[in-house]
Amino acid sequence: MNYKTENIKTITVSKALKLDCGRTVKDFPLAYETYGKLSDTKDNAILVFHALTGDQFVSGINPVTKKEGWWVTAVGPGKAIDTNKYFVICANVIGGCMGSWGPKEIDKKTKEPYGLNFPVITIKDMVKAQESLLDHLGIEKLLCATGGSMGGMQLLQFCTTFPKKTFSAIPIACSSSHSAQNIALNELARQAIMADPIWDNGKYFLKNTQPKNGLAVARMVGHISYLSEQGMQEKFGRKLQEKADYEFSFNADFQVESYLRHQGSSFVERFDANSILYITRAMDYFDLSKQFKDGLAEAFKNQTTKYLVISFSSDWLYTTKENKDIVIALNASGADVSYSEIETDKGHDSFLLNESEFLKTLKAFIDSMYEKFKK
Amino acid sequence: MKKEFKVIADLLPNNSRVLDVGCGDGSLMNFLVKEKNIETRGLELDQNNVQDCLNKGLTVIQGDAETELYQFPKKSFDYVILSQTLQAFYKPDKVLNELLRIGKSVIVSIPNFGYWKVRTSLLLFGKMPVTKTLPNFWYNTPNLHMCTIKDLFNYCSDNNINIKKVIGVNENNISLIKKNNLEIKNLFSKLGVFLIG
Repeated sequence: MNYKTENIKTITVSKALKLDCGRTVKDFPLAYETYGKLSDTKDNAILVFHALTGDQFVSGINPVTKKEGWWVTAVGPGKAIDTNKYFVICANVIGGCMGSWGPKEIDKKTKEPYGLNFPVITIKDMVKAQESLLDHLGIEKLLCATGGSMGGMQLLQFCTTFPKKTFSAIPIACSSSHSAQNIALNELARQAIMADPIWDNGKYFLKNTQPKNGLAVARMVGHISYLSEQGMQEKFGRKLQEKADYEFSFNADFQVESYLRHQGSSFVERFDANSILYITRAMDYFDLSKQFKDGLAEAFKNQTTKYLVISFSSDWLYTTKENKDIVIALNASGADVSYSEIETDKGHDSFLLNESEFLKTLKAFIDSMYEKFKK
Repeated sequence: MKKEFKVIADLLPNNSRVLDVGCGDGSLMNFLVKEKNIETRGLELDQNNVQDCLNKGLTVIQGDAETELYQFPKKSFDYVILSQTLQAFYKPDKVLNELLRIGKSVIVSIPNFGYWKVRTSLLLFGKMPVTKTLPNFWYNTPNLHMCTIKDLFNYCSDNNINIKKVIGVNENNISLIKKNNLEIKNLFSKLGVFLIG
């Protein structure tokens, strides 16, 4: 990837952050973006946590990639999360590659990018770093915090680590701990990167290059897991890619092959391979119940945050069952929790798409929360 | 406001914690929150109803009462309400047990199959009854296990379920049902509201 990330809004987190791995860091960059206007009473702030390959550019046009923000379907003027009404904040996770402290940033000691010298971080580390941003913006309590997939995991961590920081929370298509299947898929992505000779133990940056083949395969794995069997069949079937018959070669004969190759090759232009290693690791280490002696119910004990958990019927990456387990744990601890399972064949990707039932549900909850929270 | 909701609301003390099973669009919960400052939770199957509840600022969990009541802890609510749905479950006895596990008390309302118009429909015309409380035909009714007020009364007695209060509801009046007026009330009540547990 060859993006310039200098002109991105960034704060320097000066508060010392003790990482789960034992290291303590401070004075590191955290890149972020905001949409809409913070009200005078600061009662309209919504924090969005992004997923594995997301970034802080939620809405509008991403100024770096020049493409639409990753959640334009849900966030923007007049959208479910209406930026005419709400102030939306999103930060790039640490370990990422859109301006926040990550493996491609320069290590002050060695004067070259960290590469694998970057510490292994966790979801909790990401969340703690982002709390500093709220301090910077002067927001004591958020109206709402939300996120899908890894964003949802960050949200659950955020709500348990900082229980008083948000009035409401919407975890979407996520899990309180990464399943064996999720870990396996992430491992496949990592192995694809590490098997690429260009990767060179994470030192590819010395040659100003990127393990493109490995990273593209990693992305393809991801894309398969974001769709459902039925959705994929409907979208691609056995359709051929701009040809009348088989070519009897290993070129992309099928549309689905072409789709995956395209997703893979465009991804390498915008994402750092080492970041994928670090972020997927953080996801795999995520197990909220492990942080509390009595498991999940204890994690959510004394929660005053109002929750809406949303899952998608055809999501096999973060299944309805996993999402429901969160609801059960919240119920067990007496928390105020709503839950909706959206019927769709679009798989895990649904939360990024124009799924009207999902967006209506999102809007209904946020607007009613605002009526209760506004000053 | 449906008369039945008023009857149910009158059974509930202020500030109690209530689960409304099959809460629909949240009308009852909304009424209870506003009138009696009751803390409500709803369980509802239908997506549109769930959205209506969320629009009203109500807490609702999308799910099937037949299979998903297990997620609520023992005695986690002061009252659990089941309005006119008991007869639509595959296993109403199992559902009833679950309600009694979750709630310290349970309010169950049933359309009374013992109501005289229902009886005469079958007796005089030889047809399955279609009335205001039972508006569907035999082929499209969601009701699988119809029962009478007397049936549910006896079921509770036979299974050692404590009956605290039973109320018969008609358009124009409500009345208390006891063992000694059960036969007559079973004939003249359209709806039965049971407070048990």
